[in-house]
Amino acid sequence: MDKFTVHTGTAAPLRESNVDTDQIIPAEYLKRITRHGFEDGLFNSWRKDANFVLNRPAYQGVSILVAGPDFGTGSSREHAVWALMDYGFKVVISSRFADIFRGNSGKQGLLTAAVEQSAVEQLWKIIEEDPTTPVTVDLEGQVITAAGFTTKFEVDSYVRWRLMEGLDDIGLTLKHVDEISAFEAKRPSFKPTTV
Amino acid sequence: MGRTLAQKVWDDHVVRRAEGEPDLLYIDLHLTHEVTSPQAFDGLRAAGRSVRRKDLTIATEDHNVPTTDIDKPIVDPISRAQIEALRINTKEFGIENYELGNKEQGIVHIIAPQSGLTQPGMTIVCGDSHTSTHGAFGSIGMGIGTSEVEHVLATQTLPLKPFKTMAITVNGKLPVGVTAKDLILAIITEIGTGGGQGYILEYRGEAIRALSMEGRMTMCNMSIEAGARAGMIAPDETTFEYVKGREHAPKGADWDAAVAYWKTLPTDADAVFDREVIIDATKLSPFVTWGTNPGQGAPLSANVPSPDDFTDEVDKKATEKALEYMDLKAGMKIRDIKIDTVFIGSCTNGRIEDLRAAAEILKGKKIADGMRMMVVPGSVRVRLEAMAEGLDKVFADAGAEWREAGCSMCLGMNPDKLSPGERSASTSNRNFEGRQGPGGRTHLVSPAVAAATAIRGTLSSPADLVGSN
Repeated sequence: MDKFTVHTGTAAPLRESNVDTDQIIPAEYLKRITRHGFEDGLFNSWRKDANFVLNRPAYQGVSILVAGPDFGTGSSREHAVWALMDYGFKVVISSRFADIFRGNSGKQGLLTAAVEQSAVEQLWKIIEEDPTTPVTVDLEGQVITAAGFTTKFEVDSYVRWRLMEGLDDIGLTLKHVDEISAFEAKRPSFKPTTV
Repeated sequence: MGRTLAQKVWDDHVVRRAEGEPDLLYIDLHLTHEVTSPQAFDGLRAAGRSVRRKDLTIATEDHNVPTTDIDKPIVDPISRAQIEALRINTKEFGIENYELGNKEQGIVHIIAPQSGLTQPGMTIVCGDSHTSTHGAFGSIGMGIGTSEVEHVLATQTLPLKPFKTMAITVNGKLPVGVTAKDLILAIITEIGTGGGQGYILEYRGEAIRALSMEGRMTMCNMSIEAGARAGMIAPDETTFEYVKGREHAPKGADWDAAVAYWKTLPTDADAVFDREVIIDATKLSPFVTWGTNPGQGAPLSANVPSPDDFTDEVDKKATEKALEYMDLKAGMKIRDIKIDTVFIGSCTNGRIEDLRAAAEILKGKKIADGMRMMVVPGSVRVRLEAMAEGLDKVFADAGAEWREAGCSMCLGMNPDKLSPGERSASTSNRNFEGRQGPGGRTHLVSPAVAAATAIRGTLSSPADLVGSN
C-alpha cells in the first residue's frame, strides 16, 4: 500500500445522500475475480445520464469526491472501494460513512474524511463555482483546505497511522502469531468446527 | 458495572489488547462464498500464506447460482468462472465447499444456522453484510470486506475497535398478523439507515422474546439496513432448543458446558447502553417500503409520503428522487400500488417458517392474472423440508414458480432479475435503485404480505383477503 500524507487534487460534488454500494458498483460487476479494472462499473447507472457530475467536462480528472451523508451504505462489497480507486479517487469526503465501507477503504488506502454537513455544503459551493479549485487533504494535520476555506476532518487514529505508514494489516497481525496460538489453546472444546 | 451481551462476547474473543490499537479479535467461524473471496485467495497466494484454520472455515455457492436447471452448466460465462474459481480455491487451500447440487448448499446465512454451526457466544464473519443474521443466537455476526476475508483466512483474527451498544427494546406483544419483518422494517424507518452506524444493536423486550429463532434471524439480518454492522438477541431456551441436536451442536458433556456458558451471556441488569430506543409492539401493523432505501418505509395502511412531509432538506430531496425512481405519486394509497412480481426468498425470509407462512395464505387460492411469483427456498434442506410438507404443490397450484436454492432475485447477480420498470413486492432486504435488476422497483415486505399481494395484485396484507376471493 502507498503511503498517504497529503493529497491535492480537484473534487467532484455528489449531491446525493445514502449513496449505497449498489449505486457505487452494481452487482453485475461483482462477478469478476480480479482486484483491478472496476473503473467502468463505478456509478454505472448514473453515468448513463450525460448530466451526471462525473460526465461533465469540468470534472474530468478529479481525485476527491464530496458526497452527502451516509455514503457507502448497504452491501459489504469491497469492489466499491476498488471502483472508486481505479477511477482515480484518493479521498471521499462526507458527513457520515457506513461502517463496513469505511473499514474497507482504510484497508485499501482510500481516505474517508468525515466532516460536518455544513462543511460539505461549503465545499460543494466552492467546487461548483470553480471546478478547477485545488482541494488539499492533509492527513497528518487532519485538515482540508480549498480556496481559503479550511475544515478539520475525522479519521480513525489507527487507520490514519496505517495509511501514513502504508502498512499491510496482515503483516502487522502476524507479528502476534504467538498470542493467537495461546488464545487458541484455551478455546473451549464445545466450540464447533466445520469438519 | 455490568456488561452488555455484545461486550461479553467481544471480551471473550480478545486475543490482544494494546493502547492506541484496535483489539485483535478471534473469529470462531468464517463463512465464505464465491463473490467476495477470489481476490482474497489471490492475495494469500501472492504472499505465500495459507489458511490458518480450515476447520473454522466453510464455503458455499449462493449469489451467482441459477435457481432452475441446476443440473446443466451455468449459462453466464462470468458467473461460471466465479463459481469455478471458488472450487479451485477451496480445493487448493483445503476448505470444504458446498457446491451447487450438494444437499448442504444454500445461502450462506441459512446453511450455518441449520447445520448448528451458528451457536450462542461466537464471533462469526463473512464477506457479506447480512452476516448480522447470526446475531439472533447471541453471537457477534459481522459483514466484512475482501481484505478482511483475506486477513481472517490468514490469521483467524480481525483487528477491530469496540463498537458502541444500542438497546432496541420492543415492549408489548405484536398484534396478530404482524411479523418479525414488519417489526424490523418499522425499526429501520424509525432510526434511519445511518442510525446504527458505529453500534452493535441488541433487540430485547417482550416482543423479541416471543419470536421464534427464524423471526429473530429476520430481525438481526436487517440490522445492517439500519447502519449497524451487527445486531444481537440474548440466547434463551428458544435458542438452546433450536441448536440442540443439530449436526454441529455440542454433544454430551460439551452440551452442558456450552449451555452453562451461554446462560452467562445475557446483558447484566446494571449494564448501560450508549443509546436506547423503545418501540411499542402493540401499535405496529404490516409495514412496507415505498422508496429506494430500507429506511423509506410506512405502514401498509398509510399513503405514499410527499417531500413536503419532511423538514430536513436531505430527506426532502431523497424523497423526491425516490418517488421519481419508483414512479409513485405523493399521497396515493400504498394499498393501491400495483405489483408485477412477487419474490419470496433470500437470507432475510427464505427459511421454512417463511415458506409456511406464505403457503398458508396461498392454499387453495390463485395468484392474480399477469402476476409473476417466484418462491425460492434459502437452502437445499429448506427446499426438501418444504417439499416433504407439500408446500411446493401449494405454490405451484396457486400459479407460483417453485425454484432451487440460492440468493436469486435479492440481487442482480444471477438470471433472476426484474426488467426495467418492473415492480416487485419482495421479502428480501434492499430496495436500492437497480438492486433486483437495472431499472427494477422494489417494495420490501413480509412473506405474509408478499403472498396476499400475489393474490390481490396490489400491495396487501392477509387481512385484506377476508371477505374477498
